[in-house]
Amino acid sequence: MPDSDSSKTAQGPSRLGVRGPFATPSPRQYVLMTADDIRRAVHRIAHEIIERNKGVEGVVLVGMRTRGVPLAHRLAEAIRQFEGQAVPVGALDIGLYRDDLPYLGLRPSLRPSDIPMDIEGKRVVLVDDVLYTGRSIRAALDALTDFGRPGQVQLAVLVDRGHRELPIRADYVGRNVPTSRREEVQVRLREVDGRDEVVLLRPPEEGEHEE
Amino acid sequence: MRSEARELGQPTGVQEAPAWQRHHLLDLDELTPREIELVLDTAEAMREVLSREVPRVPALRGVTVVNLFYEPSTRTRASFELAAKALGADVVNIAAEQSSVRKGESLLDTVRTIEALGAQVLVLRHWQSGAPYLAARHSRLHVVNAGDGWHAHPTQALLDIYTLRRHLGDLRGRKVVIVGDIAHSRVARSNAWGLTALGARVVLCGPPTLLPPALRPGEDEAAALPPLQVETDLAQAMEGADAVMALRLQRERMEGGLLPSLREYIRLYQVNGQRLARARPGALVLHPGPMNEGIEIAPEVAHSAQSVIQEQVTNGVAVRMAVLYLLTGGKA
Repeated sequence: MPDSDSSKTAQGPSRLGVRGPFATPSPRQYVLMTADDIRRAVHRIAHEIIERNKGVEGVVLVGMRTRGVPLAHRLAEAIRQFEGQAVPVGALDIGLYRDDLPYLGLRPSLRPSDIPMDIEGKRVVLVDDVLYTGRSIRAALDALTDFGRPGQVQLAVLVDRGHRELPIRADYVGRNVPTSRREEVQVRLREVDGRDEVVLLRPPEEGEHEE
Repeated sequence: MRSEARELGQPTGVQEAPAWQRHHLLDLDELTPREIELVLDTAEAMREVLSREVPRVPALRGVTVVNLFYEPSTRTRASFELAAKALGADVVNIAAEQSSVRKGESLLDTVRTIEALGAQVLVLRHWQSGAPYLAARHSRLHVVNAGDGWHAHPTQALLDIYTLRRHLGDLRGRKVVIVGDIAHSRVARSNAWGLTALGARVVLCGPPTLLPPALRPGEDEAAALPPLQVETDLAQAMEGADAVMALRLQRERMEGGLLPSLREYIRLYQVNGQRLARARPGALVLHPGPMNEGIEIAPEVAHSAQSVIQEQVTNGVAVRMAVLYLLTGGKA
């Protein structure tokens, strides 16, 4: 595990958190990646995409809504800096392809997909913020197929938090973060949330008391 | 790679609250502006689906939609059918003949049968105002009102509003003129609710005999309608309008003695080039169809660059997809 230290740091200092005798226990929040960490990870992934594809000829980036889209644009910008070549970027909304639709209480809100380029025969790099069960990626593969038949599909994620339910893995990972299912990983990006950071939210332990 | 875990206290990322909780779509008077906007935003995503070579997604796979029509209809029924199929639903069309059986019992029997057959969504058009409310009260189906009597036609109004919003953007302060037989128009009524909810100024225009009694000049009892402006002079009404919607004039109105003559109606209330010139340059022209060209609308206006009548039909499928998608979200 190259990133075993992050699992340690994710435990965090236990004495900080909700203050005051009457405060209701609420999720504690730990920063897993700062803005600088995110920038470095994006740059490394951009290099890896170039290296693995021996350049970026025939490579297109498809960001998954919501936060995969700004990530895809950042990767494209980094690739342009390193290689001097523009890579087309698209946006994919998977809401209509989710396999859990019948089980969800309410509908996820939808935005239009926008795939302005032909993906037929291309090397498509899907970009998402967090890889978890793999079900979103399965839905994205279905959605992508409706736009054409890529020559190859690769997957880039900023955070892989484990707990896969499907045989899916990422080709490019910003950070591996071992998590428990009770925890939540939130990626926040400037373009959507006003700032860059990745945080881990941990619900308070049963009967936990804060000083 | 080293990261320093820091405690930040309260989480700041608040998940967006789901905005759609409704089981039925019966009219726009019960929708909040936010709910109307959610339908319009969802329709935007559906429009992208419809623009594809194969416009089909699996979102409603396993859902059965029944179109039950007690009134003739081409575009609304076809539009709902295409919308349901584009979402991967199964569709059953039932055209109930103009039945002489007394309404209540027979309608409810049919509705219960449809429910027992395993359908989840009932799209109902009925000549009797209020019929979809009855169906909604007595079954667990999701009921979509596809037009009931003179009362409401919410999906038509939503597609009109969607079309207006695509061209005009924010509708706040926009002036929309609806011309024709307002009294008997479910389209006018639903549009009045929806457009005013989004902040548009709605002007209803028609001969006094074709205005709802509550809106006739001299009456002040308008509780059954949102705040509206009423105008019997079309040229006056068109002044500075951002859009004008001509309603279909039904011939039986003349037989009922509500209009002196067709010729007079055309002379006073036809949307023609001369009247359109009083609106804002580039003002949009809408019509819910089917059109009587040369009566309520002049052909040169119906087919002008300002006309979005064809686009309304296309947008209707996207809007109905949005409605079906949102309604089937909760458990029946």
